[in-house]
Amino acid sequence: MDRVPILKIGSVLLVSIQVDLQDQTVLALQEDLADRIVRTGARGVVIDITAVDIVDSFIGRMFATIASMSKLMDAETVVVGMRPAVAITLVELGLSLGGVRTALDLEKGMRLLGAPVPGVS
Amino acid sequence: MSREPAGGELPIASHDDVVRVRQLARSLAAAAGMSLVDQTKIVTAASELARNTLVYGGGGTARVERVERPSPRAGARAGVRIVFSDDGPGIPDVDQALAEGWTSGGGLGLGLPGARRLVDEFDLDTEPGRGTTVTVTKWCR
Ligand SMILES: Nc1ncnc2c1ncn2[C@@H]1O[C@H](COP(=O)(O)OP(=O)(O)OP(=O)(O)O)[C@@H](O)[C@H]1O
Ligand SMILES: [Mg+2]
Repeated sequence: MDRVPILKIGSVLLVSIQVDLQDQTVLALQEDLADRIVRTGARGVVIDITAVDIVDSFIGRMFATIASMSKLMDAETVVVGMRPAVAITLVELGLSLGGVRTALDLEKGMRLLGAPVPGVS
Repeated sequence: MSREPAGGELPIASHDDVVRVRQLARSLAAAAGMSLVDQTKIVTAASELARNTLVYGGGGTARVERVERPSPRAGARAGVRIVFSDDGPGIPDVDQALAEGWTSGGGLGLGLPGARRLVDEFDLDTEPGRGTTVTVTKWCR
């Protein structure tokens, strides 16, 4: 099973999903993130799904779970980079993800959290 | 001459198999000339149904194939059909299972009704004690 790496940039944890997500990878990521938030005292989580070509109910639920979980640990989650085809499909599937903050790209997501943008001075 | 990807029957016995079903559905949908949005819809439906086959059906198979409309309109005759089968417990109440938000497990009850909305043709054949077969088809527009 692939494990999704978690990077720490200042007070933000950055998760860039580059693999085909299977359910166990999704569950492992939730646990790893909870652990890292507590250990690092991170104030924000950015999940970059620019490379993700489908979000089904299981993956979508992960975003909602991570968002509520991080809130309980005083960190804010932003999902960035959702592809238009993925957004259209999610709505038709019936998952609105109302409680999840989103931004169009990584830079906007980092700014939303008041964090320095990687590679931009 | 470009080589079309071959369809085929894949086992669904693990969560990695679910990913392989998605990948085969994607390559056939792309080769059929489906739009990116329609590719995403059929692959997402496939993911939901393959997970159901694994989790509730106790595993099974997915047959992914390219299909042609019997009386094609010009340029819009190809499609992708996927048949999910298992020999699991079956579904006692089909209307309930297809209703939004009904789950016997810990899900959201989105998989079946959501997958149905994402495809053009949806057929659910199930018998308690015998198993479940779900057939979905998406056509190129
Ligand atoms: N292949 C199957 N074999 C037996 N029962 C099934 C099968 N597929 C679906 N079901 C039943 O139908 C119910 C509804 O399925 P559906 O996919 O809509 O929701 P879910 O899987 O419970 O939740 P979600 O898909 O949102 O995670 C399931 O809870 C299960 O009881
Ligand atoms: Mg389901």
